[in-house]
Amino acid sequence: MQLTLWSYEGPPHIGAMRIATAMHGVHYVLHAPQGDTYADLLFTMIERRDRRPPVSYTTFQARDLGGDTAELFRTAVRDAYDRFRPEAMIVGASCTAELIQDDPGGLAAGLGLPIPVIPVELPAYQRKENWGAAETFYQLVRTATAGQAPPDRAAQPFCVNILGPTALGFRHRDDVRDIAALLARLGIAVNVIAPLGASFADLARLPAAHANLVLYPETAGTAAGYLARRFGQKTISTVPIGLGATRDFVAEIAGLAQITPPPGLAEESRLGWYSRSVDSTYLTGKRVFIFGDATHAIALARVATAEIGFSLVGLGTYSREFAAPVRAAAQSYGIEALISDDYLAVEAAIAAAQPELVLGTQMERHIAKRLGIPCAVISAPAHVQDFPARHSPFAGFEGANVLFDTLIHPLMMGLEEHLLGMFRDDFEFNDTAAPSHLGPHATTPPEPASAAPAPAGATAGALADTLASAPVGRDDASAPVWRDEASAPVWRDDAEAELRKIPFFVRGKARRNTEIFARERGLNPITIETIYDAKAHFSA
Amino acid sequence: MSACTTSPAAPPAIIAERGQREVFCGLTGIVWLHRRIQDAFFLVVGSRTCAHLLQSAAGVMIFAEPRFATAIIEERDLAGRADLDDELDRVATRLIARRPDIRLLFLVGSCPSEVIRLDLGRAAARLEERFGRSPRVLAYSGSGIGTTFTEGEDACLSALVPTLAPAPGPATRLLVVGALADVVEDQFRRLFAALGIATVDFLPARRADAMPPVGPFTRYVLAQPFLGETATALERRGAVQIAAPCPLGAEGTRLWFESIAAAFGIDPAHVDGVLSLPVRRATAALAAPRARLAGRRVFLFPDSQLEIPLARFLARECGMILTEVGTPFLNRRLMAPDLALLPADAQLAEGQDVARQLDRCRAARPDLVVCGLGLANPLEAEGFATKWSIELVFSPIQGFEQAADLAALFARPLARRALLEV
Repeated sequence: MQLTLWSYEGPPHIGAMRIATAMHGVHYVLHAPQGDTYADLLFTMIERRDRRPPVSYTTFQARDLGGDTAELFRTAVRDAYDRFRPEAMIVGASCTAELIQDDPGGLAAGLGLPIPVIPVELPAYQRKENWGAAETFYQLVRTATAGQAPPDRAAQPFCVNILGPTALGFRHRDDVRDIAALLARLGIAVNVIAPLGASFADLARLPAAHANLVLYPETAGTAAGYLARRFGQKTISTVPIGLGATRDFVAEIAGLAQITPPPGLAEESRLGWYSRSVDSTYLTGKRVFIFGDATHAIALARVATAEIGFSLVGLGTYSREFAAPVRAAAQSYGIEALISDDYLAVEAAIAAAQPELVLGTQMERHIAKRLGIPCAVISAPAHVQDFPARHSPFAGFEGANVLFDTLIHPLMMGLEEHLLGMFRDDFEFNDTAAPSHLGPHATTPPEPASAAPAPAGATAGALADTLASAPVGRDDASAPVWRDEASAPVWRDDAEAELRKIPFFVRGKARRNTEIFARERGLNPITIETIYDAKAHFSA
Repeated sequence: MSACTTSPAAPPAIIAERGQREVFCGLTGIVWLHRRIQDAFFLVVGSRTCAHLLQSAAGVMIFAEPRFATAIIEERDLAGRADLDDELDRVATRLIARRPDIRLLFLVGSCPSEVIRLDLGRAAARLEERFGRSPRVLAYSGSGIGTTFTEGEDACLSALVPTLAPAPGPATRLLVVGALADVVEDQFRRLFAALGIATVDFLPARRADAMPPVGPFTRYVLAQPFLGETATALERRGAVQIAAPCPLGAEGTRLWFESIAAAFGIDPAHVDGVLSLPVRRATAALAAPRARLAGRRVFLFPDSQLEIPLARFLARECGMILTEVGTPFLNRRLMAPDLALLPADAQLAEGQDVARQLDRCRAARPDLVVCGLGLANPLEAEGFATKWSIELVFSPIQGFEQAADLAALFARPLARRALLEV
């Protein structure tokens, strides 16, 4: 048993719903107890879909369990076919129906419907939402392309499929539009976009493309692997999120298509110039913690470091299936990846790393809010505000613009931050004041262990920079085992007051570095001089 | 019986359906119960679906560390590689160690825990002994196979009843049953005091150690209409019911107080004196929303079992025309006072086949549809004004001072449509 307060992913049948809801003409009959229909509101409320997901539930109750739940399922399949007349149907069981072992696939096959009926077995006690989406999409693709021979594409103009966008996907709607437009600029035809907006018949046309562009490996990886094996299609696995990644993506696809991209393509994004412009100097080295699905976490790590100039202090994912690439990415930044779907563990890791910015999911938004750290949502699970009315892609060159804004907006503006550093006890600029453009109510909570109020004085910006960014190992930060009462140095009152001039979000780190410095040299108590000695030491 | 069952309405013809039910399961009740009982923790023993429902159903992710969680059953538990009792004990012990402030732990059964016949009652007894009765540990089921939405509260409260202390006699005491907003409880307490009812308890109380006593000296009245099991459990303890319509609207609340006052033998003239001011105020406040609602046609999908009292309020106090009044279940005994006040031609529907009910709704072309979150936007896209029914469970709607607020909840979608030019 796993104790769970909040979960990053739903059960696997939610993934299947995301595929069915994304497509046209596909209906999902789900053997599930009363109550499982709550899933409809994810689509109608969070994504504001204007129609019900194409899902019929058996909604069995206890009184049905003694009777014939199998007949209930057969009736639901027949009724769904008669009412909705889908091109194809997927059938399966949710967690409770899995236990009663009614065999939805066998029952549905026995009805002899004149359409493909595809059983998807999604082990609800082992797997989760993204796996369920990938498996469902794969089963649909397999059935739709069954019996086809690999086509002869040599004589055909180069074209690609875009695979992976789903219903309830984080910015999928807008990513697809931007990538399709980019491909059009390159003169590359798009064969099929799936599952979002595709019909079952469209899936049968997938093998005609020369290559599959796997926009989201979490949902399309399995199907793309199958298409590569079965039909000899190439897989484009560079996810075009971020300026550099989009450039790499263009290079990869141009290589495959044997074309030369039009010159100046990358300059269509403002990210490069905005980041080089002097106002962005203040972004340098800001400590950022990134957590999300693997695709977005890895992509954002590159954007945050190489394209904005932040310093990465945490990188992780809840997708255990994609632990390996996230570990490899983290290693390349000299940190250890956090692979966990335990919300409390993620919160502890963020608190220990003391970032100045969190890029995460809706869960991390809540964590950051509690810790008083600015945050931007960059990955599912998402909430209603993550489906904006405006075109707001993460992928492609316009996506890079959106990313610049997304990553910068939660922070103080450059001059504002400098003034805050100089006039720490200004009645408007202070520890608990939020960025001025985020409104008067967006105050940050005070440091939990706050003692005496800080005395007047203007210092500390530079002090904070050095002490807080000094190389404390992550293990030390997350497990302060040495901080027992006996060995912890004592802080003199004036030193404690000086420390309080450091911005709250890096104060803990500065404290820890100063204590390490003092302990290594046997300095006790810590004085103002100790703080500045430590600063000099860690600057060196 | 109360004075309000005298209306000689013919029983309405009922549509009874058994098809797909677009309703929440009883686990959803945790969302408001954990706010009501402020030192209780609700541990669902279930699947990832249960956990996902709880965080999706009401957008409740606002709490630093919520007082509910899910012990997710995994493959190794089902395959017998882990002992389920040991696993549950481990999870509950870890939980209580984290939250020593918790005074009452509910183990909440789910569809999977019921299908695998995990005995949570026995587990609760075992854990309570292990914890030395601090916290108390109780079990109930909020499973979808056993409970529909508000029946979760019924199951929770009926699990509490056997643990209540015996009420001392011989003075008669009043027990108001059903989770109410604090503001409503406080208003009710003031009115009971003015009426001269000395001892009034509320179930559930706001704290686990302040749960009310119950016994043969208890007269109980339901503040929520969906508490059938709790009513039975109270009667088993000797408590006697005061039948009354639901305290929704000015009329409904007046009848509710009058029924209670009659049971306590209070002089009707005194009752009139106490109630006349709040009745007048509520009636006056209802005028504005009533102007928007009167003559409009409303269709209610089954959801919380509040539908029949709401329909009674909308028809009698807001002048609306009822097209169909759906309810997940119809408990004729508990609902009798409200049923008696419904227009004789009201079309009731018990149970659901959602696709067929949507067909009937489209055919009826109502001006307002009361429905769940899964149906609201699709119906809006088809051109119907909708009121999300979950708001009726999460808002203070009972009592005189909330009567106009309740009507305004229904008037707002219509006002908004009149306002927008998009």
